[in-house]
Amino acid sequence: MNAASDALHAKAQPETATALLSVSDLHVSFRQSAELIPAVSGVSFHIDKGETFALVGESGSGKSVTALSVLRLLPHNGRITGGRVNLGSTDLFGLPEYAMSAIRGLRIGIIFQDPMSSLNPVMTVGRQIGEALRLQRGLQGKASRTRALELLDHVGLPNPQRHLDEYPHQLSGGMRQRVMIAIALAGEPDLLIADEPTTALDVTIQAQILELLERLKRESGMALWLITHDLGIVAELADRVAVMRAGKIVEQSGSERFFEKPEHPYSRELFTAMPRLDACLNRPETQGSEPLLVVEDFKIHYPIKQGIFQRTVDYVRAVDGVSFSVAQGETLALVGESGCGKTTLGKGILNLIENSGGRVRFDGSDITELDGEERRKRYAEMQIVFQDPYSSMNPRMVVGDIIEEGLRALHPAMTETERRERVEDLLQGVGLPKEARLRYPHEFSGGQRQRICIARALAVDPKLIVCDEPTSALDVSVQAQILRLLRDLRDRRHLSYLFITHDLAVVAELADRVAVMHRGKIVEMGVTRQVLFEPAHPYTRRLLQAVPKLRLSKASASPR
Amino acid sequence: MLKLLWTDILFFILLAGFVVLIVRARGREHLRRPWRKVARSRSAVVSLVILLAYLFIAVLDSIHFHPRNQGENGKSQYQAEVISVLDSWMTPIRTRVEKTYSAPFSSYAYAKEMIRQPDGSQLWDYPRLQYGSAHLADPEHEKTADILATGMKGLGEGGLIWLLSASLVIVWRSRHDRIGLAESLKRIALGRTEIPWRAVLLTLFLILGCSGMLGELGLRYHVLGTDKVGEDVFYQSLKSVRTGLLIGTLTTFATLPLALGLGILAGYFRGWVDDVIQYLYTTLNSIPGVLLIAAAMLIMQVYMARHEDEFASLALRADFRLLFLCLILGMTSWTGLCRLLRAETLKLREMEYVQAARALGVRQGVILMRHILPNVFHLVLISVALDFSSLVLAEAVLSYVNIGVDPTMESWGNMINGARLEMARDPVVWWSLAAAFLFMFNLVLAANLFADAVRDAFDPRRAE
Repeated sequence: MNAASDALHAKAQPETATALLSVSDLHVSFRQSAELIPAVSGVSFHIDKGETFALVGESGSGKSVTALSVLRLLPHNGRITGGRVNLGSTDLFGLPEYAMSAIRGLRIGIIFQDPMSSLNPVMTVGRQIGEALRLQRGLQGKASRTRALELLDHVGLPNPQRHLDEYPHQLSGGMRQRVMIAIALAGEPDLLIADEPTTALDVTIQAQILELLERLKRESGMALWLITHDLGIVAELADRVAVMRAGKIVEQSGSERFFEKPEHPYSRELFTAMPRLDACLNRPETQGSEPLLVVEDFKIHYPIKQGIFQRTVDYVRAVDGVSFSVAQGETLALVGESGCGKTTLGKGILNLIENSGGRVRFDGSDITELDGEERRKRYAEMQIVFQDPYSSMNPRMVVGDIIEEGLRALHPAMTETERRERVEDLLQGVGLPKEARLRYPHEFSGGQRQRICIARALAVDPKLIVCDEPTSALDVSVQAQILRLLRDLRDRRHLSYLFITHDLAVVAELADRVAVMHRGKIVEMGVTRQVLFEPAHPYTRRLLQAVPKLRLSKASASPR
Repeated sequence: MLKLLWTDILFFILLAGFVVLIVRARGREHLRRPWRKVARSRSAVVSLVILLAYLFIAVLDSIHFHPRNQGENGKSQYQAEVISVLDSWMTPIRTRVEKTYSAPFSSYAYAKEMIRQPDGSQLWDYPRLQYGSAHLADPEHEKTADILATGMKGLGEGGLIWLLSASLVIVWRSRHDRIGLAESLKRIALGRTEIPWRAVLLTLFLILGCSGMLGELGLRYHVLGTDKVGEDVFYQSLKSVRTGLLIGTLTTFATLPLALGLGILAGYFRGWVDDVIQYLYTTLNSIPGVLLIAAAMLIMQVYMARHEDEFASLALRADFRLLFLCLILGMTSWTGLCRLLRAETLKLREMEYVQAARALGVRQGVILMRHILPNVFHLVLISVALDFSSLVLAEAVLSYVNIGVDPTMESWGNMINGARLEMARDPVVWWSLAAAFLFMFNLVLAANLFADAVRDAFDPRRAE
């Protein structure tokens, strides 16, 4: 059988009343130190042949757990405590393990979020696809290779002949995800589960992968079960939508109706929390004041060394001659895809990475020429907030100590009580209770941790904060809260932000001006409204095209 | 008069350091949590009790002094000889030296000799031991009953001490949990406590009962036999505990500063600092350890021979040799941990909280102390616990090739080394070897089980 005959096979059978996959009253719990904690409680839904079903929810809502239970791949401390799952007429929970492993792959394929960790780094792409073909189709040798080439061609990998003998690390993220999809398709499944298939990818790649999934579904007639937190993706692909919250499905309806008029308050909350491009339209222009930070011809080059004597043969130009300025109280967004050098630039300005050339004038003086004590103090007037709220705090220090670290370093004369009062003020300023001072970072949620990180940065009264993707690891609703907090603090303290992000919608919510970075250079810079709605550079246009339509404006997809 | 030797002082400093660490850890939740996990593991607390028993012996054996005795003119004076509290406590066993080998609980010597009988005739036979079961007129018939009776008496004494300590534990727990004594007793007896107190008390009973029996029997018999020069093997085994523990702990003392300092510096600063440190430990690692130790011990012996007046007594010489052995073992064994710490620091220095600290203008030294050191400490703890047992074993191996501790110093290595030559004799002289094996096995097993529990509790990847 090949994909074409499979498609015929699916078409030959008329749409019957029985769904392809039906999940009824599923209950899953996790055992945590002798306690059973429910993760999924009473979830029921069905997926018909050839349709795209989207399960939407924020992290921890139980959407991935639902998929893993259907495949019976729960981690060892997970237990299915009730419910039925039927694939066609087979009861999946009643099957013995060997029959179940035939179902996985042959009838249900799955692709995961992170294409790097789901491919084996020491096997070539061809062998990994070949393994799936051998197990599921019994193909070997030449036949297997031909089929693998076909599959790679099918998923739109350019030059499949060459990539077949390459290792995963030689491919880019988008190419790896295509390989993952090819492996999932090797068994020609009836149902493809895509668990956050594009979350780890750049916007432009995300658009390509979504297009690919859509095409595959259309051509082969398989059903697609999309698991995501991003309503933008759902709007592009899904036929039917279910919204999950705290282990329960709160709303389930057809895609059109859902985007027309979401019923449940939680769904509506998700809609309003989602950042949109047109947010920048009805904002008054900020008048230019004195420039606070002026960066001129900034370069960061990494030497490429070769040979026995490690001679420098060339340089990786991570940041290649960048100039811009940020005014007092202004927010400049630095936009670009991964690898364009935006994070390197941010860290380079703060001197966390050695620069290879260029000047940084801050508050009227050239700080790259300073030395010793003076340098330490001046650099502390610029702070940074990182992307990952989990790794940005020392797990062995209490929150109070984390926040007062900068105070200890810069104002050693401060007394214990003064410091404590200041920490309590800061915590309240970012919307946390005073008592948070005595707790450890792991006791807080992602959003709360990001608030603590902001408080830590504010402790030393900085004039400028570099925000390095501060919201991209957070859920939509939390993201909206953090953006609100940042806006609030900016207005209250007259702060300037250098906001580094890949998300154009977030830019629209916050930034006054935007600089688009591509391959270490700024290709376009201007007022937010102008860059987002009248882009001049072809690369900017490409970025904007990749943004899911739902995110463009409130008007085009508003619930009301 | 108290006379602490060099190793005694270092040992006590190390113990004080441990106590300080424990006291500090009590105030930190993130440190208390893994230890609580250790305390909940049954095998870990049982091992801990055994380790503490060993530690108790080693501490007793580390308080040295000049004993006082009555001089000829009736005035008391200090002797030149240095003995420890353990020695003085075990004085009867220590001083009852036979002529040569004798088997455990034997009444007769191992070798035949000419015995002059009361009637003047001479007989070629096994002589009665001078001390072992000397109180019995007819050993053949009376011995079993006497051993049983003495053993029971010892068991009773051990049991009494156990009862006392068990009731102390019960009272303490009832105060702590604010429950009645009967309730506390019931919980412990049924094993319904968070820390497995029942297992602790059972182990304690075994230890106290055994020591009671051995103590009582040791006064009348040689429970583990005697060695070539007639010394009691039980006494030797107990004396060896200090040697083994010292080598396990003092070596760590010598290793840690090097491994920690160099590993963290190399990982954090990279560049030429990293190059120099890596060069150092690769070079050191490529020289066979035994060769280096042998060379160092030779140099030390030459030094001692040149400065005879500074090492007047045997005890001083043995002690210096032990100290030197610990140092040189430490010098050769820091590279593994150093490499591990360098790799971990390389990872940590890129962590965002370290970068945030740099952005805040925190000084490098403070970053190292506050961010890097606490986050690599679990590695240090795990590797120290695992290395301890291998060091105790290393001592035995080194003594076997004659570059270990001083031959006059009691150690398991020396006991094994002395016994190996006698393995071919008939009947076999097995008791020295068996005693050393038994004591070493218990210590190393307990240390390994404890180390396993510590690793499980501190290794973040093993967290449930």
